[in-house]
Amino acid sequence: MDKILAVFARPDFLEKLREHIVLSVVALLVAIAIALPVALLVRNTRLGAAIAINIGNVGRAVPSLAILALALPLLGIGFKAALVALTALAIPPILINTSTGLREVRQEIIDAARGMGLSESQILTRIQLPIAAPVIFAGIRTSAVQTVASATLATFIGAGGLGDLIVEGLQRRGPEILLAGAFSVALLAIITEIGFGWLERAFTPKGLKIAQKRR
Amino acid sequence: MIDLALLQDVLQEPELIDWEWLKENFWEDIVPAVQGHIFLSVISVAVALVIALPVGILSARYRKIYPPVTFVTGILYSIPSLALFAILISIPGVAIGPTPVIIALVAYSLLILIRNTVAGLDAVPPETIDAAKGMGLTGRQILLRVELPLALPIIVAGIRIATVTIIGIATIGAYISGGGLGALIFDGINRQFPTMIIAGAVLATLMAIIADLLLLGVERYLRPWARARRA
Repeated sequence: MDKILAVFARPDFLEKLREHIVLSVVALLVAIAIALPVALLVRNTRLGAAIAINIGNVGRAVPSLAILALALPLLGIGFKAALVALTALAIPPILINTSTGLREVRQEIIDAARGMGLSESQILTRIQLPIAAPVIFAGIRTSAVQTVASATLATFIGAGGLGDLIVEGLQRRGPEILLAGAFSVALLAIITEIGFGWLERAFTPKGLKIAQKRR
Repeated sequence: MIDLALLQDVLQEPELIDWEWLKENFWEDIVPAVQGHIFLSVISVAVALVIALPVGILSARYRKIYPPVTFVTGILYSIPSLALFAILISIPGVAIGPTPVIIALVAYSLLILIRNTVAGLDAVPPETIDAAKGMGLTGRQILLRVELPLALPIIVAGIRIATVTIIGIATIGAYISGGGLGALIFDGINRQFPTMIIAGAVLATLMAIIADLLLLGVERYLRPWARARRA
């Protein structure tokens, strides 16, 4: 136990933790910046939404190690290659959930809003997005947890992160280094899961919460 | 005039895919990797089902145990795979190889499979169960002949998600000598030989997509009522 704690005190531990977080946060933000507008653009066409959801589904089937490993011959070694790969991995869940979330807003509600004289952009910002918000956040949460997990694999293409510790522990047969890396990654993923779960609830409109309770 | 020397240079760039290597090593490297991957995935889903079905049925019956079950399996699900592999092989008595990989893959499938089993059983209309009771079926008969068959499409939907997830994560298991397509990827990284990386990555992706489509077919087949409605 003391040996594991000693690893956390190592000067490079914070550096690896920082790499891991930066890699995950930037990839997630870029993925949101790509997936959200695309889902918004295709929301009103049946074909567009179907294409977005299908691309998302195929994208979700691609193994994370496959994308990261493919980045190596195509983009080389290091932070940028890992960032591109992690972004590609983070896009599908956000794309799928935003598309389905917007699509599942009941037509009666939109008709009612239109009848009340709301413009199309008002319908989007005041009706569709708030109602779809929990589903969209669930997608972002899935992506975030997955990105934190996949960032562990960035070590294989020389992009650092906490995966470095696991690999170092395995190669030098240092179980304390291995466990220190594994526990910190696991903790980071669980914190991400719980934190985004909280965000999801915080962004659920009050009216929807009441409706959920009634059911 | 085309600069022939330049063209030749471009063509002789270290190619991304060395087709000769693929042909020569097809039976030695690629086929065993595919077989190993199918083995890991099938065993893991099968073991996970044996655990998840009874736990799911019990959770649907006795609601109190459902939240703790989803909490524990949810934590397992969110542990990054490389970390879980690392923790497993640190346990005394667990050596590197397929065993810890299968344990981890089973752990990852539990949440999805249990959740879908419960959702499937919840979706059975209470009228149907009442009708079965009225016909004199016992509790066990209702479960086996009415509830489970009706819940099956949703359970298969869970198997589908779990299988696709497992095929992906199994590639990482090669790092602790679990075998499978990940072995091609890691060998390729170590030897700096893109052909192996691409072969492993593309085959793993293909396998995930094929499994997804196959199980989608099974799911549709098990929902004859949905097909009838569409027709």
